[in-house]
Amino acid sequence: MAQEPLLQLKGVSKSFGAVQALYRVDFAAYRGEVMALVGDNGAGKSTLIKGVAGIYPFDEGEVYFDGQPVQIHNPREASALGIEVVYQDLALADNLDVVANMFLGREMIQKPWRLDEAAMERKALETLDSLAVTTIRSVRQPVAELSGGQRQSIAVAKAVMWNSKLVILDEPTAALGVAQTRQVLDLVRRLADNGLAVVLISHNLHDIFEVADRITVLRLGQNVKEFIAADTTHEEVVHAITAGALRHVPGMVKNG
Amino acid sequence: MSGNNPAHLMRTLSRIWAWLFLLALVIFFSLTGEGFFSLFNLQAIGANVAILLIMALGQTFVIISAGIDLSTGFVMGLASVAGAMAMTALPPGTPLPLIALTGLAVGLGVGLIPGLVNGLIIAKLKVPAFIVTLGMFGIARGAGFLLSGGMPLPVSIQGLGRIGNGYLFYYYPSQGLSFLNPPAGVTGVELRQVTGILPHPLTFAVILVLAAHWLLKHSRFGLHTYAIGGNQEAAIRAGIPVDRRTVALYMLSAGTAALAGVLYNMRFTNGAANSGEALLLDSIAAVVIGGASLFGGEGTIIGTVIGALIIAVIQNGLVILGINPFWQFVAVGVVIILAVLVDQAKEQVAS
Ligand SMILES: Nc1ncnc2c1ncn2[C@@H]1O[C@H](COP(=O)(O)OP(=O)(O)OP(=O)(O)O)[C@@H](O)[C@H]1O
Ligand SMILES: [Mg+2]
Repeated sequence: MAQEPLLQLKGVSKSFGAVQALYRVDFAAYRGEVMALVGDNGAGKSTLIKGVAGIYPFDEGEVYFDGQPVQIHNPREASALGIEVVYQDLALADNLDVVANMFLGREMIQKPWRLDEAAMERKALETLDSLAVTTIRSVRQPVAELSGGQRQSIAVAKAVMWNSKLVILDEPTAALGVAQTRQVLDLVRRLADNGLAVVLISHNLHDIFEVADRITVLRLGQNVKEFIAADTTHEEVVHAITAGALRHVPGMVKNG
Repeated sequence: MSGNNPAHLMRTLSRIWAWLFLLALVIFFSLTGEGFFSLFNLQAIGANVAILLIMALGQTFVIISAGIDLSTGFVMGLASVAGAMAMTALPPGTPLPLIALTGLAVGLGVGLIPGLVNGLIIAKLKVPAFIVTLGMFGIARGAGFLLSGGMPLPVSIQGLGRIGNGYLFYYYPSQGLSFLNPPAGVTGVELRQVTGILPHPLTFAVILVLAAHWLLKHSRFGLHTYAIGGNQEAAIRAGIPVDRRTVALYMLSAGTAALAGVLYNMRFTNGAANSGEALLLDSIAAVVIGGASLFGGEGTIIGTVIGALIIAVIQNGLVILGINPFWQFVAVGVVIILAVLVDQAKEQVAS
């Protein structure tokens, strides 16, 4: 697996006032693989992906996408590169149907102004089909009527519909039951099998070992280790999360 | 899905109860009210409801977006005063169509200003719509009365009243159908036997209803209105220009209120700052009775039409039955509460 990463971060840092949320972190995500991002609460996982998504651009460090150095200043630039993020609070409009949610803000238009409902419905069905999301009875039902797992699937499908190359999921199974977690994990695996690079944030190591190819561990805003999932154990990962060696002692990190 | 059945049933019921209620009212008044179910009276209901309905169209959009516009009644009044002033200021001999268009342009132009201000303050300064439009309620009210000197402004222009009170077709038994004017040569008492078909205010309202329905149902703007009302955060993250949409929504609401004001000019041949005072609550009632949720995200133009018709039929029917007109307020009030109860029952079953 000596392939070049799709996304590579080199030495990125981010501070919020006096809080150093990330300090010189290296990170990579590869096509066709699921990269899990783990770490204790406040380790900086969400901050890392928000930097990639352009919500809180990094203070320093380099970002390479597809081998090219890039600067991502806002969410639109991230989308333009093919980076989509599924946030934990899904941000679906409950009163709108599945199709409307998947196309929200990027509707297809027919002739002068009319929404092209037929084309959007077709593309939505195609996308759901390609991801083998089969439990949704009708793409014309309001998402309020869907289960948590189905809603998560819609949010993921929405993210991959736009020729995205990198899909980032922040705790996609945190609020789900066993069967629905299964559904979403299968979907995550399928994204990678379809050739996308996937970043999965989760606190559930069991889930992670089920779908991830690699595991990056963050601790106190620094990355302590990258594992190949097949070559490691729960214990090793847990140890890295709680007591992994820091390259910089927190007290010595310069603030602000 | 079988577990969702009561919710589904409730949803269906909440969608059609207003239709059923309107049907029941029509049947009831037809059986009890002499002359209620006649072409003449039904058209009169249509012509009378037009102003209220037009005002309710913009309000429907605003309420679906989880907003509210309390200023529409006095924006209508302000527009009618401005329209009246513009039309009477034209030199004598100006052709009627030009007079009418001037009234329309000035009334609409003046009416859009409060909408723009409402929208900008709500979108940019994040002040609740209730407060902003309540403030504009007072500002537009004061401006309308100051502009008109506190009195209704008569617009005595030959033929203007015919725009607001005429019919698209006239039928006279021996001469058949004629367009826009009663058949030539029919004069005096014979005119009473001429049947007007399609009062202009009704035609005007129908055109606006169709346009509003299309906009809400088939355009990007309509979809975004639902999205903003359903989950504003989701709308923002989806890249919808929520601020711009908000400004457009309050301008739309002020715009339909202004159109109602100009129609008032034509129908009553005057302009009055308080012409829309009683219509504000009725128009919000029409929207709510029509199934829109004050929490946003739900509602349709067809629903608003039904809601406005329910109000108009109650008012007309009670007059025909000779019942003290104050009962109209009571009846409409009861229907509003009924509408909200149906909505709540739906929410409860759904959750
Ligand atoms: N917008 C912000 N303003 C100030 N501090 C922030 C902000 N966002 C994150 N932080 C801080 O940065 C640090 C890292 O937070 P982050 O949300 O990235 O952690 P996380 O690994 O996602 O944790 P969790 O597992 O709880 O989601 C925390 O100390 C947090 O308080
Ligand atoms: Mg987090």
